[in-house]
Amino acid sequence: MKFGVVVFPGSNCDHDTYHVISKVLGQPVDFIWHKDERIDGYDAIILPGGFSYGDYLRTGAIARFSPVMRSVKGFAASGGLVLGICNGFQILCEAGLLPGTLLRNRDLKFICEHVNVRVERTDTPFTVSYRKGQVLSIPIAHGDGNYFCDIDTLRELESDGRIIFRYCDARGEATDAANPNGSLANIAGICNRERNVVGLMPHPERASESLLGSNDGRLLFLSLATSLSEMLKLRA
Amino acid sequence: MKITPEIIEQHNLTGDEYRRIAALLKRAPTFTELGIFSVMWSEHCSYKSSRIHLKRLPVEGDCLVQGPGENAGIVDIGDGWCAAFKIESHNHPSFIEPYQGAATGVGGILRDIFTMGARPVAALNSLRFGPVRDQDDSAEAAGSVIARNRRIMTGVVKGIGDYGNAFGVPTIGGEVVFADCYSLNPLVNAFALGLVRREQIFYGKAEGVGNAVIYVGAKTGRDGIHGATMASAEFDDAALEKRPTVQVGDPFAEKLLLEACLEAMRSGAIVGIQDMGAAGLTSSSCEMGARAGTGIEINLDLVPQRETGMTAYEMMLSESQERMLIVAERGRERQVHEIFARWDLDAVTIGRVTDDQKLRVVHKGEVVAEIPNSALTDEAPRYDRPQSSGNEAVHVDPAPYLNEICGRIAGEIGSSDLHDVLTECLRRLLASPNLACKQWVWKQYDHMVRTNTVVLPGADAAVIRVKETRRSLAVSLDGNGRYCSVDARAGARLAVVEAARNVVCSGARPLAVTNCLNFASPERPEVMRAFSETIDGMSDACRALGTPVTGGNVSFYNETEGRGVYPTPVVGMLGVIEDTRQITTPWFAEAGDRILLLGATGDDLGATEFLESLGGVVAGGVPELDLEDELAVQRTCLRAISAGLLRSAHDCSDGGLAVALAECCFSHYRRDSLGARLDLREHLDLSGIRAMADADRRMLALLFGETPGRIIVSAAPDRADAVMALAAQEGADCAVIGEVGGDRLSISLGAHTLIDERVDVLEKLWRESLPGHLDRAGLDER
Amino acid sequence: MQAKVYVTLKNGVLDPQGKAIHHAAETIGYRGLTDVRQGKFFEIKLDETLDAETARIEIEKFAHDVLSNPVIEDYRVEIVG
Repeated sequence: MKFGVVVFPGSNCDHDTYHVISKVLGQPVDFIWHKDERIDGYDAIILPGGFSYGDYLRTGAIARFSPVMRSVKGFAASGGLVLGICNGFQILCEAGLLPGTLLRNRDLKFICEHVNVRVERTDTPFTVSYRKGQVLSIPIAHGDGNYFCDIDTLRELESDGRIIFRYCDARGEATDAANPNGSLANIAGICNRERNVVGLMPHPERASESLLGSNDGRLLFLSLATSLSEMLKLRA
Repeated sequence: MKITPEIIEQHNLTGDEYRRIAALLKRAPTFTELGIFSVMWSEHCSYKSSRIHLKRLPVEGDCLVQGPGENAGIVDIGDGWCAAFKIESHNHPSFIEPYQGAATGVGGILRDIFTMGARPVAALNSLRFGPVRDQDDSAEAAGSVIARNRRIMTGVVKGIGDYGNAFGVPTIGGEVVFADCYSLNPLVNAFALGLVRREQIFYGKAEGVGNAVIYVGAKTGRDGIHGATMASAEFDDAALEKRPTVQVGDPFAEKLLLEACLEAMRSGAIVGIQDMGAAGLTSSSCEMGARAGTGIEINLDLVPQRETGMTAYEMMLSESQERMLIVAERGRERQVHEIFARWDLDAVTIGRVTDDQKLRVVHKGEVVAEIPNSALTDEAPRYDRPQSSGNEAVHVDPAPYLNEICGRIAGEIGSSDLHDVLTECLRRLLASPNLACKQWVWKQYDHMVRTNTVVLPGADAAVIRVKETRRSLAVSLDGNGRYCSVDARAGARLAVVEAARNVVCSGARPLAVTNCLNFASPERPEVMRAFSETIDGMSDACRALGTPVTGGNVSFYNETEGRGVYPTPVVGMLGVIEDTRQITTPWFAEAGDRILLLGATGDDLGATEFLESLGGVVAGGVPELDLEDELAVQRTCLRAISAGLLRSAHDCSDGGLAVALAECCFSHYRRDSLGARLDLREHLDLSGIRAMADADRRMLALLFGETPGRIIVSAAPDRADAVMALAAQEGADCAVIGEVGGDRLSISLGAHTLIDERVDVLEKLWRESLPGHLDRAGLDER
Repeated sequence: MQAKVYVTLKNGVLDPQGKAIHHAAETIGYRGLTDVRQGKFFEIKLDETLDAETARIEIEKFAHDVLSNPVIEDYRVEIVG
């Protein structure tokens, strides 16, 4: 199995994601330059955090026009696993791979802190190693993480079980006080209809080593690896 | 253009200086040359008032790879790795436009680091503002001033955050201090730290005659023209009209510049490189030539320009951000151009290295400037400015103020019971802006990107691991303008040892220092006297610690409408932790652990946070420092950590012992708050104040005095004796003062309770203070 | 020739920046402001050889595809000679 981490010129969590996959997970991984159009040979693609092209217009607005994103769309359409973290989530929304968008945080400030996130669904390739309802401690670091979509889309996300993570308090209650940025329905992460594309604002790669305080994000990468080896077995 | 006395004055040059320019050139300067001299001879670039004093700082040490004079200092941290680090001020731009001023301050210091070939891995900053809470709304600080201070602080914090966050460097700590004198003179000192392999270090030298001079990065516009001279003049009301010259930062461009520069350095085509910071193209070209003993000739027609019709004068003085000057091997220019093109950045060969030791500038076929490098660098004026006489200041006894504070608080709470009054003092101190939790600030900084932040902000020192080794690096920024306003020499010594103590508390051995010296006008003899004293105090302490000063920055003219800042030297101490597993934090870890206090307490209530926060006065002398005792305490702490004896270590300084103990109790990520029961009897027995006649004053000194050289440590019950034994070996005072547990902080002296309060009550006051003052800041400028 | 593009938030999409400005304006003492919405304004210089109609089509497309996000934003294009 092989992971690809896309590098936009303003990506800044690319090395962190690479580090977790190679050193913590022990899996092969490459950087993929945003100008590359070919992404053959990868089993999962990760769009890391950062400020893709400066993000002066809107977060992720320019990135979706990059050559690599055309290929990522094709890869997703053919069932490939795509994970967008933070800026990666914003790009996936702009590119139409996930519905909705991420607005400026409710209090207008950039927020960097550990938050509690509840695992809503374990029936995605990204969350199989979690328990449903498990409360994770994972950092967020964003200025635009306030998830928004129209009411029909929200209904569809709810009814299809596509809300994967919600902000919650320490006891797992998705209260307004536990919502750091004003996201609709406390949404921290969602998936597409086919469940092979997931985007989330929290940074699992920053919570994958006990030295950094939390290990709770590691299971997301572990889920990904487990799912991939299952898929590869089936294919073989 | 004819050069008139008015024009000379507008360039902040004196008549003597102008005559000196003409003598060095052996002719009258052109207008462009006058501009070039004015920036290079400005205080900011030439250090003309400070140079003769800076020479007294110790600059030698075993770990030293690069001392002062380059873009940043470099020390060896082992395993072939080096750390490049530096602190620099961006005070004046941050006053004029807080958001952009602070942002470009961060951008500048990051470039200083990566021009050395080092990838920036951490940023910190030391910030000083005027009062931001309503109750400080005295005649000194009217409501509009408070509102302005809040706006400046909000803008500065956002500027630092937006730049560092987008660039991708974690901003992991620093200090935020409030005092009246910073109301119209905010101090914004930005620090950055980078890592580089020893054999991959680059320097700002234009070596090799015939080599190509390449301009890379953003295009040149008219921004910041005369930024360097602005930073060398006092503000008056007209300064606000200088707004159009403010530089605007582009963190995305800087990120591209970083990646492209590091890639170009790896290619082997680059000979030397320097940031175009203050005085942009001018300083980079003449300094690189001067360091290598060569010259540089550039053709301005080739410089990428953002605006039309720019003159040679404007291009040479522009301070457009995110630009670098590179000297590349002759014949390999294309390779460099291609690397920058890959990152969508301009890279243009604009000149050559020459052998005549001159800076020669050509524009539209004409030589518009031709100046020997030495005239701009070594021959720049140096002043031994007059200092006021060195009479010992007579300090008033703070006793009446102490009595006033305690009496007033007793009246307000309706109890004169000692323990009620002391407990109320602690509550108020914890909520005072200087001591309150600074989470409001650091939450806006991405402090975790690069996943090396092994200690979250709020500890004594910021700590990052070095992934490639088993080591970690600790950094602390410290300064105390209040102390220095009373006694600059003692204040500077205290700042250095406190920075070292903070680093030691994290488990690090102090290695080296960078400093940022923020002062008012050097043309005032008392300011110059304080500056000179600061240098001597800093030198003493650095020599005692064995930590060389590797560089830094001097910022004079921090005064507005005749009112200057406190002498405010800020020390950035870098330390190395040999084994990442030894990282120690200030927070108590487990109920039942023994609490020990290293060091003794003196009668050090003068110039304290207690007096300033609760009484609004600065009175008395500064805390007394015994360097030998201090070092014994630091050695004990470090040895105890290395031996694995300690569960926590926390420096005891601003606000005194009671505040420090409360901080040890407060909750922390994934650790609830913990109480502590303490009895200070044994500690008092070691301390000079035990014989004091005035019992109330003795209690105040014990709880709120700021005697240096004290560290609160905690250890498992069966390890306490070993810590005591280590202290005895090192000659440090040490006493068991209590035990971790419960949900209250209770401090007693034998049978007398001094302080008793629930920890969650104290923590709430401490945590909610700053947001309460700042989130009502009103219209955010951005 | 120049194009001006105004990008504004759709009705119903929360605009925390506009709200903050509105609140601040009231605090400072400006009267009679019932709502503030913040948007973006772009000035685009155009090739003089382009005719107005082609320019409009091109800029409309640019505004729709790039400058705005249809999920939350509306846009308006003006071509000025």
